Amino acid sequence: MKAQGTIAGDGREALAGRFALEVEGLKKYFPVRRGLFKRKRAEIRAVDGVSFTIQGGETLCLVGESGSGKSTVGRLVLRLIEPTAGSVRLDGRDITRLGREEMRPWRKRMQIVFQDPYASLNPRMTAGRIVAEPLENFPDRSRSSDMKRVTQLFERVGLRADTLNKYPFEFSGGQRQRLGLARALALNPSLIVADEPVSALDVSVQAQVLNLMMDLQEDLKLAYLFISHDLGVVGHIGHRVAVMYLGRIVETAGKEELFARPLHPYTRALLAAAPIPNPRAKKERLVLEGDMPSPIAPPSGCHFHTRCPFAFKRCWTEEPVLRNAGAGHQFACHLDP
Amino acid sequence: MPPLLEVRDLKTHFFTEDGVSRAVDGVSFQVGPGETLGIVGESGCGKSVTALSVLRLLPDRIGRTVGGSVSFDGIDLLKLSEAEMRDIRGNRIAMIFQEPMTSLNPVLTVGHQIAEALRVHKGMSREKARARARHMLEVVRIPDAQSRIDDYPHQFSGGMRQRVMIAMALTCSPKLLIADEPTTALDVTIQAQVLKLIFELKEKTGAAVILITHDLGVVAETCQRVVVMYAGRKVEEASVLELFDRPAHPYTRGLMASVARGRAGARAKRLQEIPGLVPSLTEPITGCAFAPRCNHAFDRCRRERPNLQVVDRGEEGAHLAACFIASELVSS
Repeated sequence: MKAQGTIAGDGREALAGRFALEVEGLKKYFPVRRGLFKRKRAEIRAVDGVSFTIQGGETLCLVGESGSGKSTVGRLVLRLIEPTAGSVRLDGRDITRLGREEMRPWRKRMQIVFQDPYASLNPRMTAGRIVAEPLENFPDRSRSSDMKRVTQLFERVGLRADTLNKYPFEFSGGQRQRLGLARALALNPSLIVADEPVSALDVSVQAQVLNLMMDLQEDLKLAYLFISHDLGVVGHIGHRVAVMYLGRIVETAGKEELFARPLHPYTRALLAAAPIPNPRAKKERLVLEGDMPSPIAPPSGCHFHTRCPFAFKRCWTEEPVLRNAGAGHQFACHLDP
Repeated sequence: MPPLLEVRDLKTHFFTEDGVSRAVDGVSFQVGPGETLGIVGESGCGKSVTALSVLRLLPDRIGRTVGGSVSFDGIDLLKLSEAEMRDIRGNRIAMIFQEPMTSLNPVLTVGHQIAEALRVHKGMSREKARARARHMLEVVRIPDAQSRIDDYPHQFSGGMRQRVMIAMALTCSPKLLIADEPTTALDVTIQAQVLKLIFELKEKTGAAVILITHDLGVVAETCQRVVVMYAGRKVEEASVLELFDRPAHPYTRGLMASVARGRAGARAKRLQEIPGLVPSLTEPITGCAFAPRCNHAFDRCRRERPNLQVVDRGEEGAHLAACFIASELVSS
């Protein structure tokens, strides 16, 4: 096994009885089938050995560009797809190999919010029904009434109760994302996987949704796995950040540490590439050449060596493993910081 | 120096089942030769429709420019015949769109598409146009241009397709390039590549650029002057430094404050949000369109539409804002 140990929090100790998600050595290879007999011709290594932990009340941001495998990680954690290898543990219990029925109680504890608020809500259901659906899927006598709970949830996410009978098309993008959050909260989850939840929204509305998510986290001690390509948003909402490139985590650290002291050349390029809304800011930057290579035939050694301005011989042949740089900061690069 | 492009009181309306939508409702601006003007705003503010109206690319049955004038190099574009307009589009004014996959023709090779403009506008022979197309692909740094010239758009990645679009737009050496969210569909590292390329080529050719974007970061890094649009109207205009140093309109101020800047220590603070929603453009707006979302609004704002007023006569053009209390806000 490769030395990709569990990533420690930055000084946050696991409290007994508190929610914890531990992901270890997670892999997902998708087969590429072609030809008459749909024989497996190759595999896409979408996620290739990813480990991290998240605790209650904490936000871990997974950052990366298209094709880095960040959304696949989200889906694997929720077991919407099955991993090729590795484990996902909730509160110490490995849920990776649970059967359908055994899995049900755990499903309540993990919910997802999608990127596209237009595609993720059933257009034929009223807003109230959309939020009530999870409650119907998991009937519970101790709940006073579903309708009361739905009304509460609407209030909680800042939607007016008189919108209960409206259909998704009658809501704006931001309101739909609130609806998605209400649905995710219906069953009192411990973890919410938020896959680019604000990317489709205008900035003024992004701010509304981000503020709401932060308020909810504080009140309900939610853990967020926040998947995003936007470093501005990540820097705002994250406690810890993990940067992914071609299926692997190349760097992880507490947010302040990562922004102040990025160690991996890819993280540095990513930070430098994000345009800064200040015309007086320094504009000298490292612009990466080329595109991200295909995950079907990832480059040998360090996946990043094809675009890395500092690559040397060793990077072509030897895969760098995550190593410690102190204070919960880990990075996978042969160069010393 | 006379402006290269002068848009005056442009009004473009959409005629829908729900009534008339005033997508662009009296917008004026100028672009000087070689200048970069940013048009910023959120979805539905009319920034793209403004660009499409300048190039007269809106189909008549959907939207029509019902008022104003667009003068390019002394010619009123709105008065030209369709044939005369075709002579300008892609030749003297070129456009880059957000989604390169939908704006490139999927069944023609990229070489064919680049060469087409040259054959139509410059009357080049097939061979000459092809040689120039190959040269353009090299200029936008498509590796192995010689063989990729015969590839189809789907064989290129998103960033490369956008480079092909740029090659196509610049092949006739236009005087004005309109780029409508040219990097929005791209990853940040690719965005940085593409922006760098656009502005390197702009420097080389001396073209003026109108950059339409929702991203204040992109504006800050590339534009000289900025127009901020809201609900079909221009609400503020200033040089880029002036705009970021002293934003005058409450909408611009709100927009800047709501950008998640995400640097160390930011999490303690909530983002400033702009409450509410963009108004529907099918209903007539009395007063200031932003008033319902503005925390400075008072009675007059709801009654009377604020005209653009001069906040500052800067050296790099006047700072204008359509707000009754703009001057107070700037000095506060």
